[in-house]
Amino acid sequence: MSTLLLDARGVRLRRGTREVLCGVDLQVGAGELVALMGLSGGGKTTFLRAVAGLEAFDAGTLSVDGIDLRAGRMPDRDAVRALRRKVGMVFQFHYLFEHMTALHNVWLAPVHVHRVPKAEAESRARALLDQLGVGARANALPRELSGGEAQRVAIARALAVDPPLLLMDEPTASLDPARRDELGETLEKLTAAGRTLLAATHDDDFVRDFADRVIVMAQGQVVEQGPPSSVLVNPQHPATKQLLSQKKNHAEKERSR
Amino acid sequence: MTSSAPLRGRLRIVAVGLASLWLASLWLATAAWAQGAAPRPPADTRQPAAPRAPADTRPLPEMRWGGDPEGGFPYVEADPNDPTRVEGFEVDVAGLIARGLGRRPHFVSVQFTSIDASVKRGDFVIGLGGIEDTPARRATLAVTVPYYEFREVLTVREADRARFRTLSDFRGKRVGTLGGTIAYEILLKAETDLGVVPVSYDDDVHPYSDLVLGRLDAVLLDDVLANKAMRREKGLATLAGTVAIGHYVGVLDRANDALRDRIDTILKAAMRDGALQAIFTKWRIWNTEQPVLYSRVLGEAPPSAAPGAIPGAASSTLPAAPTGSSSSVPDGGLGVVVRYLPALARAALITIVLSCLAMALAVAGGVLVASGRVYGGPLLRGVLMAYVELTRGTPVLLQLFVLYYGLAEFVRLPAFLAALIGLGLNYAAYESEIYRSALEAVPRGQLEAARILGLTERQVFVLIRGPQALRLALAPMTNDFVALLKDSSLVSVLTVVELTKQTQIFAANIGSWVVPGALCAAMYLAMSLPLSKLARRMEERWKAPTP
Repeated sequence: MSTLLLDARGVRLRRGTREVLCGVDLQVGAGELVALMGLSGGGKTTFLRAVAGLEAFDAGTLSVDGIDLRAGRMPDRDAVRALRRKVGMVFQFHYLFEHMTALHNVWLAPVHVHRVPKAEAESRARALLDQLGVGARANALPRELSGGEAQRVAIARALAVDPPLLLMDEPTASLDPARRDELGETLEKLTAAGRTLLAATHDDDFVRDFADRVIVMAQGQVVEQGPPSSVLVNPQHPATKQLLSQKKNHAEKERSR
Repeated sequence: MTSSAPLRGRLRIVAVGLASLWLASLWLATAAWAQGAAPRPPADTRQPAAPRAPADTRPLPEMRWGGDPEGGFPYVEADPNDPTRVEGFEVDVAGLIARGLGRRPHFVSVQFTSIDASVKRGDFVIGLGGIEDTPARRATLAVTVPYYEFREVLTVREADRARFRTLSDFRGKRVGTLGGTIAYEILLKAETDLGVVPVSYDDDVHPYSDLVLGRLDAVLLDDVLANKAMRREKGLATLAGTVAIGHYVGVLDRANDALRDRIDTILKAAMRDGALQAIFTKWRIWNTEQPVLYSRVLGEAPPSAAPGAIPGAASSTLPAAPTGSSSSVPDGGLGVVVRYLPALARAALITIVLSCLAMALAVAGGVLVASGRVYGGPLLRGVLMAYVELTRGTPVLLQLFVLYYGLAEFVRLPAFLAALIGLGLNYAAYESEIYRSALEAVPRGQLEAARILGLTERQVFVLIRGPQALRLALAPMTNDFVALLKDSSLVSVLTVVELTKQTQIFAANIGSWVVPGALCAAMYLAMSLPLSKLARRMEERWKAPTP
């Protein structure tokens, strides 16, 4: 692990009376592709949202590429503004802007946030879509795209502002196995180019094939981490075992059908 | 985690100002209303006015007669002690007629402008209550002999008494009257001939109160009404000259010719034996003109041919056109329609301009209110919710009255402006609900995606949330615009003559609703159908991607 791009220590987050994150310690080095695994409700998505500055957290420290987010109810506006240049996010349901074409979705932020001339932003957006294999769909509206296409447009949109850290929530949820491998290769190319990726996922096949490292969360805490070859093959924590056995049971059920 | 402080701050100032102004005005005005600044609502007076007939207790058959208790003293007035009973000289005349027919009078409350149509429908056999003898009525109804002669007189503010003498002195001045009356016809003619600006009212109280307030320069109405107003309002004076002479009559359906003849006989007998004189004396409207009228009715003219205008009427400033000249005799044919088309077109223009401006106000106000309710803090949200609920929960008619008449003591809004503000603020409440739900229908995930990309709260609103909400709001907005177009007819209570009001005048003038009604409907449709079509086209275009 070279320099730390994301460094979370003792992050706590409460929603009403329920403590969703109870002291998360988690580090991601620059250029890593890290998979964040865990049962539903374990706090993965909430943690990603905290890192993206969408949710305030109650205690602990969070730092992204030198930007320190403070704990507390009030958002730290300056820190959040700085954070926007550091973190991109691809949502599970993509959330493309429905009234704009795929291409417009991608050049919107460069033009309106980073003041890139429109012609330049548009040609770069086109190049990004080409690179992700959806150049042909540039003029389609989001509702006309398949799940996989929408996903890649969403990635292009996030990459258009060139964030060092890209967060992804369930990136393979809407993909068939072939598309999933394509996505994995795309992400590998991104990390090879220096981008850091943190993806929350249930998909252990994807993790095994593409992740550099896997971190398992349960009940709002990191319970186990290491290379996929050891964590997935020889799980130590009961939550990891449960996660993997669930997956196995599911697969067997599928087979016996 | 991102917040919208700058946007919120600006919105709050504008919206709080807007909402509190509206709330305060409604509040103040309701108080003013309670003090009687606004007209009394028509009391439901369906109980028969007891005939107080001799000791005859046998149940008599009913004679249903119709009148408008909003006309008030001395015509037909709800008894202040018992609003289910009416009194007034017309009530006594009705009692006299009923007695003569051996029947029991039963009063039916009806709006003044609807008396003719109502008697034709058979809601009652005879309409009474300051009904003027006009050629239009003679052409479409069975009309009794005239039983009271009145003079159309001009009333001005005391201070202006020396400035004006006759109608021709009112060039460019605003002269008010009751719509659908001879006086209104005279003013319409004076508009073309003398450059007078006629202003039509739905009742006989507000012309005089507006005269006191300075919204009018004069009121032209029956001397009976002028005298009544002078007792009520201070600082008014009635000019000496008589603009025209008219007569009150009873109206029946033409099928009731025979009954009308019997009633004429009863009225004539009452002229001879002093019964009518007793009634008019009791109500303090007896004067020397009445005996002259009676002798003319009894002596010369046969009842069925009783002329609308009495020969030699002392019309000093104008030929009393509506009461006799053939030019205004309705023929029901194309000629009348053509004659009314320019007025209808003008009224339709007022309707469309008023609706468009009011809708623009409603959209702007609605966007502000909706934004405040979505982005604002608890206090702002509470105030805006109160505005929306208060506006939606009270009749727009009440709000219009309050704005125009209720607030007159504090701010004297011109009629058109009051109509515009009233309709605009009313519809703003409905629009705001549409926009609010449309704003909330845009997925939160899109807003978060936009924020993570670095868009400011304002950019999220302008680039992402607003445009999508607008697409969602378009269909219900179109719906509201069409509704507003039709609701704009309500502003006739503020003396704005728009399409529906003009149609009423037209219909009253020719004594039929068939042609005016069809024309009016066609004009409304001509305005609303293209609107719906435009909305559909916009919706289709928005389904395509933005350039």
